[in-house]
Amino acid sequence: MNIWRIIFKSLRQHALSTCVTAFSIALAGGLLMSVWVVKQQSQATFTGVNAGFDAVLGARGSKLQLVLNAIFHLEASPGNLAWSDYLDIKKNPSVELAVPLAVGDNYHGYRLVGTLPELFDKAEYSPGKKFELQPGGAMFDPTRREGVVGDFVARKMNLKVGDTFHPFHGLIFNEKNQHAETYVVTGILKPSNTPADRVIWIPLEGIQKMSGHDPRAATDVSAVLVKLKAGSAIAGFQMDMMYNKQGNRLTFAWPIGSVMAELFDKIGWFDRVLALVSYLVAIVATASILAGIYNSMNERRREIAILRALGARRFTIFSAILLEAAMISAIGMAVGFVVYGVIVTVVAGVMRAQTGVVIEPWKFNAVMLWAPAVLIALGALAGIVPALKAYRTDVAENLTPHS
Amino acid sequence: MKPSLLQITDLKKSFTGPDGIRQLIVDVPEFSLPGQTQVAFAGESGSGKTTFLNLIAGILKPDDGKVLLDGADMAALAESKRDRLRAEKIGYIFQTFNLLQGYTCLENVLLGMTFGAGVDKDFAEQLLKRVGMGDRLHHRPRQLSTGQQQRVAVARALANKPKLVLADEPTGNLDHKNARDSLKLIRETCRENEAALLLVSHDREVLAQFESVQQLDRINRAAQTEAIV
Repeated sequence: MNIWRIIFKSLRQHALSTCVTAFSIALAGGLLMSVWVVKQQSQATFTGVNAGFDAVLGARGSKLQLVLNAIFHLEASPGNLAWSDYLDIKKNPSVELAVPLAVGDNYHGYRLVGTLPELFDKAEYSPGKKFELQPGGAMFDPTRREGVVGDFVARKMNLKVGDTFHPFHGLIFNEKNQHAETYVVTGILKPSNTPADRVIWIPLEGIQKMSGHDPRAATDVSAVLVKLKAGSAIAGFQMDMMYNKQGNRLTFAWPIGSVMAELFDKIGWFDRVLALVSYLVAIVATASILAGIYNSMNERRREIAILRALGARRFTIFSAILLEAAMISAIGMAVGFVVYGVIVTVVAGVMRAQTGVVIEPWKFNAVMLWAPAVLIALGALAGIVPALKAYRTDVAENLTPHS
Repeated sequence: MKPSLLQITDLKKSFTGPDGIRQLIVDVPEFSLPGQTQVAFAGESGSGKTTFLNLIAGILKPDDGKVLLDGADMAALAESKRDRLRAEKIGYIFQTFNLLQGYTCLENVLLGMTFGAGVDKDFAEQLLKRVGMGDRLHHRPRQLSTGQQQRVAVARALANKPKLVLADEPTGNLDHKNARDSLKLIRETCRENEAALLLVSHDREVLAQFESVQQLDRINRAAQTEAIV
């Protein structure tokens, strides 16, 4: 029998109140950690994903739309640019690699992106990593109706090497808009945990010359992914000036990370609202610890008096109540990690399905240390008021009546 | 003549009543209790017997006077030291038993040890067996009869091998048979554990079993005043 046993007994005696209060702490802690981790990881991932390129060249319009369309395969293309524009930037001495993309079709909602095989041969989607095919697959022949399927699409649509499919016109699936062409799956990409997993890659000409597409735009492309030569940062400024300031026909989105950072700046208020909600839940949960223990003090007076009569010091009683409050928070935070796991796993699933961006719920984040520490400290703080009441309990008065 | 275990001198304690008037409840000029002796105080309701025992136990701090317990002046000690001294040297049996309802019989006894000599599970079980509760170690108070609860309270009072056991109307809530058995048990276990016993009661049957019975209003002058009023 020690102070921890006494605390455990008290928690068990007030099991309902303990559970309700701990659960509110669990919600607060789980929500707080979820908001923090989702915000930090999604921001880091979105601003870090660039498919291995420095910039995107596209039709005149929003840089953000251009990046979302060409890198994340979201949003509609802001328009087309001429093949000559692609050739011009490809010839620029500061450009190491330029890969054209064409969009405009889908397969059951998954985007078909037309490109050249060099996207897979030359580009590294992250340092040292190139897109790879799963065993038994082969890259599409740019002159044939063939496609390489991203890992996520292959799993969702149950596509295998040798399967055939008909593309649908537009970026949104409508079964009435099926194209006549039949494509053959020649390979499945290994998972890259990038937006490329959610795409079916076909030859550039496949999109350009798909039946029903405007023949006048048969050589146009939707965007060009641009990788600058190492040490050519100044070239980025020059191209920014040339395309965005001096020209009025094209948009040069550079650097890609900054464009995405602007997006997060714009939607930063949403994170702040979520964080504020979790702070409020934390405050309410802490207040509920205070109210829960404080309200039980009347029924505990006799118990406290007995403990004191047995020799427990005032400070021991004070500490026991304080630790009890902290324990409720600690139990709450233990459950909070379960709440966090559920929330972040669901969010990560939705985010992966919608954007291809992967969030790792159990990757270490400092919030996993400081959030429990803060909530346990707040719980202990909430215990001060009832602990003081316990500290002041008059032993003789609560033990037996005066005779 | 055994040396005094408890020596009380000029002990005074007063309380402010609901009418705002300060009222003297205990005024004991002198009292001593040798070690390993058993004394009963006869005290009617209002004679200040619980207050007197609480002063001896250090639960209450006197307005004035000395309470020397085994050489230490309980009245002069800081509260935390009084708590420590009480845990180590005094066992207290209450009329209402004051067992903790959320704890088993064994845990109630172990709790008595927590703040005193230290937890000794074997001794706790031995005590409970001695008071006839060996087969109820893991029962909770509400699962016991009042007589059984009193037995657990006796075991708890002896848990720290105290030098003095205070018993405040220990049989007040028991029927005649249980009262007789319980009193016999308290006296026997105190003797076996070499603890002095100071018992207060207004029950003549209880008092009749003691060789030494003192009237509380004889030593407590405040009770005499009360009686005159």
